[in-house]
Amino acid sequence: MNILDTVTSWEYFHFVVQFVIMLIKMAVVISVTMVHVLYATYFERKVIGHMQVRLGPMRVGFHGILQPIADSLKLFFKEDIIPAEADKTVFKLAPVVFTFAALSSIVVIPFYDGFVLADINVGLLFVLAMSSLGAYGVVMAGWASNSKYSFLGGLRSSAQVISYEVCMGMSLIGVILMAGSMNLSEIVKAQHQHWYGMFLFPQILGYFVFLVAAFAETNRTPFDLPEAESELVAGYFVEYSGLRFSLYYASEYIGMLVMSSIAVLCFCGGWTLPPFITNAVPALLMVPGIVWFLMKVYFHIFLFYWIRATVPRYRYDQLMSLGWKVLLPLALVNIVLTSIVKYLMG
Amino acid sequence: MIPKLFFGYFSVVMIVLSLLIISRKNPIHSILWMLVMFFHIAGLYLFLNAEFLAAVQLILYAGAILVLFLFVIMMLNLKKEVFAERYAGEWPVAVFIGGTMLVLILLALTSLTQGPLGSFTIGVVQADTHARAIGRALYTQYLLPFEVASLILLVAVVGALVLAKKHLKSYK
Repeated sequence: MNILDTVTSWEYFHFVVQFVIMLIKMAVVISVTMVHVLYATYFERKVIGHMQVRLGPMRVGFHGILQPIADSLKLFFKEDIIPAEADKTVFKLAPVVFTFAALSSIVVIPFYDGFVLADINVGLLFVLAMSSLGAYGVVMAGWASNSKYSFLGGLRSSAQVISYEVCMGMSLIGVILMAGSMNLSEIVKAQHQHWYGMFLFPQILGYFVFLVAAFAETNRTPFDLPEAESELVAGYFVEYSGLRFSLYYASEYIGMLVMSSIAVLCFCGGWTLPPFITNAVPALLMVPGIVWFLMKVYFHIFLFYWIRATVPRYRYDQLMSLGWKVLLPLALVNIVLTSIVKYLMG
Repeated sequence: MIPKLFFGYFSVVMIVLSLLIISRKNPIHSILWMLVMFFHIAGLYLFLNAEFLAAVQLILYAGAILVLFLFVIMMLNLKKEVFAERYAGEWPVAVFIGGTMLVLILLALTSLTQGPLGSFTIGVVQADTHARAIGRALYTQYLLPFEVASLILLVAVVGALVLAKKHLKSYK
């Protein structure tokens, strides 16, 4: 078969169509994610404002609704400063690596039944792998900036992410055991088999460990030591400005979105409602799954803000001992318990 | 055609990356190139339908081991390393050892034969998903070697703890 036959054949045409549809899907998901990031910052400022008896942004537009657009325009037009003596290539590469890691986790997340960019069998492991890649963005930034504050922030972050990644992986093993799969869609379907419809109830230990580890992985309060502003100015991205800074800022919010989605998919039944609720109120089945998915995700994102407004920052040695001496043993106990129960149930 | 192009890309790029890793003066750059190479190795695993291995390659090698390398090297004062003279003195020995190895490998290549087909063909692995297939093989057929390997790792962990704690006794 020569090249012309291959190009004009039906299978090739089919492949191209599939490819184009894939690209369109990716573009839609990425742009929706970026818009989400814009308004997640607004949401956060409003939530924290009201929790601290302030109003939050009020000036730009009705109740400050255009504030994120004004902010992003400002960031786009800021001067891009690279410190003297910085390792220029690594300095420029670091935010790209960080954003790449955050965005590529999105591809394995099923937003509702059947809508997922890459339905791979090891979806959960992929998310863990990408979140560990994110640590490189932080460490590279800390090292390349040639600044003590950045460097300390980078070191803290790498130690923190490595420690809490272990806890996160261990906390998800209970879910994997119960679902018998690492594919996120399969995990959601496995939860729907049970009458309670959410692994949240049998896996409450795993859920707790996962949530704490997710806060540490995304560098959010109470574990935002890498960017502790009172001691490290802003930590690893202190030397960044303009667009490169905004990449870091956006990726943090994408990271929160990814972690919330994983929590929802693995512990809260994803796009489904528990059968005991839908049996009681069958009308709820008419609502499309993405509504439930987004409601659960935004509840978790709200939780991130809620805790930020409530809890003070941990000290670094407390953070480490919490991770290794409390969360990891809890996660291991959870694995053993889940295995025993699963074995006894047949 | 496309699989061959894929394989060709991965093998050529991996050789180039390996050369880059050993030839950089700045160890941090070496590590970053190594990160790129680990991603290519993971790509090669994916290409062989070994998705679990690919993910574990990234999580363990890129996510844990390489970060620790980076951690240690960042703590060192690199200024001296970067400006020091390299390849000083020992190069005749290195050329001799390298050349011998090359000849040995070339001799070995001539007697290369394809191994017998095992029970885990691509069809079996795909039907069962890779993670399940590898888990089943590890925990039934290869249970003893698996446990021995984990014991050895445990000994290494305890050994590292003992070594590190030796100097901490004065604090107690």
